Amino acid sequence: MSAGTPRALASSGQKPIQDIRHPLSAEESALSRSPDVLHPGGAGERDLILPNGTPVDTSSPTSSSSLLNRLQLDDDLDGETRDLFVTVEDPKKHVSTMETYITYRVCTKTTRTEFDLPEYSLRRRYQDFDWLRNKLEESQPTHLIPPLPEKFVMKGVVDRFSEEFVETRRKALDKFLKRVADHPVLSFNEHFNAFLSAKDLNKRQGLALLTKMGESVKYVTGGYKVRARPVEFAAMGDYLDLFTQKLGTIDRIAQRIIKEQSEFLMELREYGPVYSSWSSFEEDLHDPLEGVSGCVSNCSSALEELTEDMSEDFLPVLREYVLYIESMKNVLKKRDQVQAEYETKLEAVVFREDKKTSVPADVEKCQDRVECFNADLKADWDRWENNKRQDFRQLLTGMSDKNIQYYEKCLAAWESLIPLLQDKQEAKGETN
Amino acid sequence: MRVSGVPVVKWDKPEFLPTHTVSSVLILPHHDNINCLLKKMEISVAEAEKRTGKNAVNMQETYTVYLIETRPVDAASEGTNPALDSLWRRYSEFELLRNYLLVTYPFAVVPPLPEKRAEFVWHKLSADNMDPDFVERRRVGLENFLLRVASHPVLSSDKIFYLFLTEENGWKETVFETGFQAKADSRLKALNATFRVKNPDKRFAEMKHYGDELQSVISQLLRVRARAADRLYGVYKVHGNYGRVFSEWSAIEKEMGDGLQSAGHHMDAYAASVDDILEEEEHYADQLKEYLFYADALRTVCRKHELTQYELEMAVQDLTSKKQQQEELATGTIRTFSLKGMTSKLFGQETPEQREAKLKMLETQIEEGEEQVKERNAECDEFVKSAWVDIERFKEQKDHDLRESLISYAIMQISMCKKGIQVWNNAKECFNKM
Repeated sequence: MSAGTPRALASSGQKPIQDIRHPLSAEESALSRSPDVLHPGGAGERDLILPNGTPVDTSSPTSSSSLLNRLQLDDDLDGETRDLFVTVEDPKKHVSTMETYITYRVCTKTTRTEFDLPEYSLRRRYQDFDWLRNKLEESQPTHLIPPLPEKFVMKGVVDRFSEEFVETRRKALDKFLKRVADHPVLSFNEHFNAFLSAKDLNKRQGLALLTKMGESVKYVTGGYKVRARPVEFAAMGDYLDLFTQKLGTIDRIAQRIIKEQSEFLMELREYGPVYSSWSSFEEDLHDPLEGVSGCVSNCSSALEELTEDMSEDFLPVLREYVLYIESMKNVLKKRDQVQAEYETKLEAVVFREDKKTSVPADVEKCQDRVECFNADLKADWDRWENNKRQDFRQLLTGMSDKNIQYYEKCLAAWESLIPLLQDKQEAKGETN
Repeated sequence: MRVSGVPVVKWDKPEFLPTHTVSSVLILPHHDNINCLLKKMEISVAEAEKRTGKNAVNMQETYTVYLIETRPVDAASEGTNPALDSLWRRYSEFELLRNYLLVTYPFAVVPPLPEKRAEFVWHKLSADNMDPDFVERRRVGLENFLLRVASHPVLSSDKIFYLFLTEENGWKETVFETGFQAKADSRLKALNATFRVKNPDKRFAEMKHYGDELQSVISQLLRVRARAADRLYGVYKVHGNYGRVFSEWSAIEKEMGDGLQSAGHHMDAYAASVDDILEEEEHYADQLKEYLFYADALRTVCRKHELTQYELEMAVQDLTSKKQQQEELATGTIRTFSLKGMTSKLFGQETPEQREAKLKMLETQIEEGEEQVKERNAECDEFVKSAWVDIERFKEQKDHDLRESLISYAIMQISMCKKGIQVWNNAKECFNKM
């Protein structure tokens, strides 16, 4: 992965692989001493992590093979050696007199020298993630910062503490951290480091945040109009606009399907029992009719699972991407502003024909900024495209899988019914 | 039934398979009706056509006629294929035939006709009688009706039925000549009247109750099924929108484009597949409907039993009271309260001549009454015997047919699931290429 290294940031200089202790071979004693603020011990089931940082689905039958993966050396993904692994897991509700909220355990394993310890485990709440993202946005304005799941939920419409909502959020937060950890620049950000390792986030920076925010806002509404937007960035903007549209349409379609399926489910739940009540006054047909009733009931359960899965796994990812694109468009705007500023300054200098001095320093600085921004953005864009492709491939194959599983469950139910239905017939045939 | 790849057992003897279409709904039980018409003659309702003509009030009307084809089954000449006889009949003539059979064979569970108007429809299906799908399903139902009558141990040997199949012209007149119309009217009146029977045959009472329950449960089933069909239609069709948006999306992508585009086509195929699925399910609904209407025929027979029983009881009651009157007149004692008694008390006794005349009249009436009781008793017994035979036959047929229907329904569902798995596997392959 060719990430254009910005000149401004200090690089850690990665160690050769032989010198890096395998992250998963860390000693138990090196566990973080940062206590779980609210729930010491955290006896909850630990998510297994694949070498490339994605969590292992321990409920799947392939988990034993994933276990094997853990013991192997990590694969190179895009030529990078991974030395930072993060997960978000174990959501827990915390009730205090003032408020009720959820915290998540953030686990880190790393060999980077920027970190004091090889492992950390501490609890964070959504606010903290939000803080992190804001810090990243303001300290790395030339980069695409991954999105967070939606901040506000309408109370009364969504249950903020339901298992489904919390799990959906956890997955999104996990994805967020992983994307940052994967980023060659963002992962070295000091705020990210603090987020992963510091016992208390120095949120006093909130005030500073406001002033810094003011500056970045100025960036966007600087009032400069860019003259010659490079084709590639214009194309990016256009693409993002169209892509957002498509995502919106897909979201609507998915929601509509879920709605229709739910209504179909309602009818099925009434349909099945009618066969049951019919069987109650039949003799010969009693078993076949009961069998059909049971079958319909099995199909109903399978359908319910399908709609739930789609709601929990499919829709949130779509929405996440919409948010991602929003923030990307902002970065594009910022880039435009930086370029516009440069253009304006340059123009001002050019017209001052009489002065004929060498190009002033601040114009040069502007030029640097533009070039830096463009390079960072381009690199991030490529990375984003790659991720997007993978994400959507996974999302859509996942959707296909869920539907296949639904039909397979129904198929099994109906196939097992056939012999039951034919049973009496064979017996009858013999007596004839 | 268009069930691909799975043989559905329809008949015992393969030579009775109708040659023209596969969508026949009938599943005949393996009965040994050795003498039924169907063993001697092939029957089918081959086509339907629209006609226009002037009706009874001289107004222009459009109606549908159905082509009935028949061919004798000659065991001796199995090699040859004798020509088909055919004639056209419209629905109202089928109704006439059935009404005739109902009146003439009151003890029989007469096979029902397909519905007059489309009921229990889900929104996509037309409720219009002229709609080609409705007409086609009705054609199948009418054929079904004829085959059932032709395989009935009693009904199949009816002359009027035979003429229905073979004599196009003048058949209507022949039916009316039988004078069944008069019986039909009185029968209808009687069946609709409310009366209380003191000693109904328990089996018939149970059967009537069963008929009620069957009718109720099948109605409910058909209603919910229609609603479910509506919803299922929606689910599949909305997936078609994926086809369109994937296509649009693929236009703005580079590497992902092909995979998305082809996946979109599969989504379109998925959406389109629901039409066939629901059309097949409609056959299942038709099979249920047949038994919904059969339930009514069953109840009619039970009701008829009640009627004959009632008439017997009335005759007995009448005879008893007449005998009582006779006794009172003979002995001079008034035991029963009667107007005659009252008036004689008030206005004095009758003259001996009047009494004599009355006694004579009563004697005749009693004689007639006893005759009538004997007749009605015989009628009742006769009816109970033949009706119960047919009810038993019907029970066996029903159990067999409905079981077959459930099997074919399960097969339909299996086919639908397999199609679904295939489509989504195809789509998944395309997504993997993204």
